[in-house]
Amino acid sequence: MQMYNEKVMDHFMNPRNVGEISDADGIGTVGNPVCGDLMNMYIKVKDNKLEDVKFRTFGCGAAIATSSMITELAKGKTIEEALKITRSDVANSLGGLPPIKMHCSNLAADALHAAIEDYRKKKVAEK
Amino acid sequence: MDHAAGMPVDSRVFEAMKLHWLENYGNPSSAHSFGAAAKNALIESREKVARLIGAEKPEEVIFTSGGTESNNLAIKGVAYRNKDKGNHIITTTIEHISIINICKHLRKQGFEITRIPVDRQGLVNPQEVEDAITDGTILVSSMYANGEIGTVQPIGAIGEIACEKQICFHVDAVAAAGKVPINVEEENIDLLSVSSNDMYGPKGVGALYIKKGTRIQPIIQGGGQERGLHSGTENVPGIVGMGKAAELAQGEMEAEGKRLTKLRDELIKGVLDTIESSYLNGHPTRRLPNNANLRFSYIEGESLILGLDMSGIQVSSGSACTSKTLEPSHVLLAIGLAHEEAHGSLVFTMGKQNSEDDVDYVLEVLPSVVKRLRAMSPLTPKEMLQ
Repeated sequence: MQMYNEKVMDHFMNPRNVGEISDADGIGTVGNPVCGDLMNMYIKVKDNKLEDVKFRTFGCGAAIATSSMITELAKGKTIEEALKITRSDVANSLGGLPPIKMHCSNLAADALHAAIEDYRKKKVAEK
Repeated sequence: MDHAAGMPVDSRVFEAMKLHWLENYGNPSSAHSFGAAAKNALIESREKVARLIGAEKPEEVIFTSGGTESNNLAIKGVAYRNKDKGNHIITTTIEHISIINICKHLRKQGFEITRIPVDRQGLVNPQEVEDAITDGTILVSSMYANGEIGTVQPIGAIGEIACEKQICFHVDAVAAAGKVPINVEEENIDLLSVSSNDMYGPKGVGALYIKKGTRIQPIIQGGGQERGLHSGTENVPGIVGMGKAAELAQGEMEAEGKRLTKLRDELIKGVLDTIESSYLNGHPTRRLPNNANLRFSYIEGESLILGLDMSGIQVSSGSACTSKTLEPSHVLLAIGLAHEEAHGSLVFTMGKQNSEDDVDYVLEVLPSVVKRLRAMSPLTPKEMLQ
């Protein structure tokens, strides 16, 4: 199947940063198993920087590859920088995705943003 | 192991066709000897297809451009011809996309369509067909077997009901022909669609069986070839190929069916025994000899396909991500699966090229692909990951 390029297949076959962070500072969940995609993104924040980012994803090749890709893009970035990462940044970093996958399975940026949102809410609650 | 999606042409079929591209290129309608040779080739092919499906007379078989055209001609042909008699058509919820879209098209033109549901194993209950018949019913159409979940329908029982009520009975046998024995006479079938490329014949050829006395309206107007029902110069090499494919399928069906059934059952048992939370879709025994449709909880079909493809195993899925519509397979939803269950289904369709070694190889590779994806999935229960 030549549906995906080599880089996408590499992230699908050897995904980076798979797993959960047990004491995560923020957790973002997007998608729905009914639609065929569900992503959980976990972040650990230190000094306003994303010290660690991990994911668990149910979904197609694109869903898994974009999840893996965004953990690499986001790690080490400040919160503000991480919030600027868009869906198309993820797709471009992977060298492109098939058009049909751009909307349905390119949810990783949303999941990361949701995790940061969760982190900020928790911080406000702590104060 | 994705024979339902594409099959190679049998080399013996290719050999039989060759002559008709290069030497016997005559037009069957011509009066000279070149035409006669082509005409004879058509007659022989018609006889071979008729024998495969148990038709009494070869003239009851006409050649088309494939299964989709056969289905169009059968359903629209009956509907348009009988629209003064009634406007009600009965079909099922697990038909091929061509039947579904033909019926949608007819509904817009004022025809009423009843879709009979199937049970968890994909079987139609003939009693429900009988109950759905009204004074205005002009056609009952059911597939012989479903290419995706493999379930083989009680066609004889449905045919008996249609015959008693004197309603025309069409059967889409594209997935079944050449794989399981079909007898249009015994099973009271009036119209039967067959395609060549689902039995190792060339693409672009099919046939429609039309029982003597069944009147249908043509949907293509032209020079009147194929009894006026498929106008246009005949695709002689293709038809010769289909005839040869039908002849071979008939001769080899029993032995090949037994061999594939054994492989199929080994694959199903091996998967269900070694992979937890895996299930068989479709009927355990009333199924096509080459079809195994399996479902794996907590993971998605396209990623399964990709994972297997990396190990050189090609299969198909009912997942939304592998469809053009981004909807999971209507067949899997019709047998009562939830969307998330349908997403995790894989279809193995085996053929002549597959052997015991292939089944062993799948059983060696698949558990680790499933395990890897489950380890990544947030849906997998924690206990399963230990």
